Amino acid sequence: MRRIINLRPGRGGIVLWGALPFLMAAIAYAVASSTRLAANPNDKLLPHFESFVAAIARLALNPDPRTGDYLMWVDTLASLERLGLGLAVSTALALVLGVAVGLIPYIRAGLSPIIGVISMIPPMAVLPVLFIVFGLDELSKVVLIVFGVAPFLVRDLAIKVGDMPREQLIKAQTLGASTWQIVVRVVLPQMLPRLIDAVRLSLGPAWLFLISAEAIAATEGLGYRIFLVRRYMAMDVILPYVAWITLLAFLSDAGLRWINARFFPWLQAGKGQS
Amino acid sequence: MSRLSVRNVWKEYPGQVVLERLSLEIASGEFCALVGPSGCGKTTFLRMLLGEESPTRGTIELDGKPLVAEPGPDRGVVFQRYSVFPHLTVLQNVIIGREFERSPFLGKLFGAKRRAAEEEAEEVLNEVGLSAHRAKYPAELSGGMQQRLAISQALIRKPKVLLLDEPFGALDAGTKSQMYELLLRLWAEYKMSIFMVTHDLKEGFTLATRVLAFDKVRIDPQAPGAYGATVTYNLPLEDKIAAMAVA
Repeated sequence: MRRIINLRPGRGGIVLWGALPFLMAAIAYAVASSTRLAANPNDKLLPHFESFVAAIARLALNPDPRTGDYLMWVDTLASLERLGLGLAVSTALALVLGVAVGLIPYIRAGLSPIIGVISMIPPMAVLPVLFIVFGLDELSKVVLIVFGVAPFLVRDLAIKVGDMPREQLIKAQTLGASTWQIVVRVVLPQMLPRLIDAVRLSLGPAWLFLISAEAIAATEGLGYRIFLVRRYMAMDVILPYVAWITLLAFLSDAGLRWINARFFPWLQAGKGQS
Repeated sequence: MSRLSVRNVWKEYPGQVVLERLSLEIASGEFCALVGPSGCGKTTFLRMLLGEESPTRGTIELDGKPLVAEPGPDRGVVFQRYSVFPHLTVLQNVIIGREFERSPFLGKLFGAKRRAAEEEAEEVLNEVGLSAHRAKYPAELSGGMQQRLAISQALIRKPKVLLLDEPFGALDAGTKSQMYELLLRLWAEYKMSIFMVTHDLKEGFTLATRVLAFDKVRIDPQAPGAYGATVTYNLPLEDKIAAMAVA
């Protein structure tokens, strides 16, 4: 018998083993749901799969009788807009501040202590302040995402810029590069894929902050809807919404990974051989 | 022209003297090998020539002018590793020197200017035997090819002085001897001075016209950092210098 560390699943095996936990979770849910529904047909906690389909059809395919909006799309659009804006601002901040802090000693001396302190402030603790200062509408939600995500991105990028081999920066200087040219030709092109990876990691926190802000004060949005229907214990809406959010997050992660593979071929260069 | 004068140079760090009483006159176009045991300051000396570090005391002059205290295009460099840009192809790695020179804002050339730079780069790549690999990324090249790329990258700015920090330290014996032949050919062609740090004495004597041996002459067992190293032997290899003069 070979050691278990040397046994590898084949191509089909990988699909099978990967699908197994999903399948088991679905079966467990179906069993638990039908047991509860058998005992009490009006049970709301674990609705049947058909209830999900009905709820999604009601929210996504039929206009709301009161407002005439297709609620799920309005929610999705509102949430994605806030999330996209928050992440875009954070990424831009990270590019400017991260490169400056990582590369220029005077800026590092001046800014790295305060960035270190700001990144330790729990964003949710200052959410009331954000609501008071920026109002209850869009701006405060975007600011919360920026507040929660940007310090991590800035610090991560600054560390990665600082970790660049000294030899490369010296070499660029011996080729006559100015500081600006080093930034645009040497540092930025190598840091962009690293930054995209960091943004991928911060997608989770960004959604967390978005849904928290929407739960507290909003008139539409995926997080708002979940917390609204919670009052009626409408699990048939909450669970599909959670699955939808998960799918959106998964797709944006996959999209960012695709961007890295597509636009930065040198990352993979030489890895296929040897 | 690239005459180098080093006058009574010291390099001290807190609690440690690295180099002391260093005085040298190196004529233009010499090939100097800096040899000596580890930690004896030969790389520190190279970094001072590069402008990455400045001497604590004394002066270093290139052609009678004090060295600028930061790296510049008059001094090219090849390190043992990380000398090339991993995100650029071979050709892009070579033309980037011209792009820095001719495109101050974008650092990138387009159109006819780019074609001119590419033609020039192709010539250099031909000389080092890399033209077949011009579209590859450095990670796809062998160690010897990466070092040849690093050298051609430095050559495009036609530096007066080429500084090499153990450039062949990570290469196998066969590749090394090819690199020796290449380096000597380029040195004769570009008429630059070369300073090469190596821990391989044989390499030093094979290539150089002058071997500078670094070592500590004074040692205080109670305070190992009290005295620094200096050039203990300054050996001109007369027959090679004569050959150079004839050529």
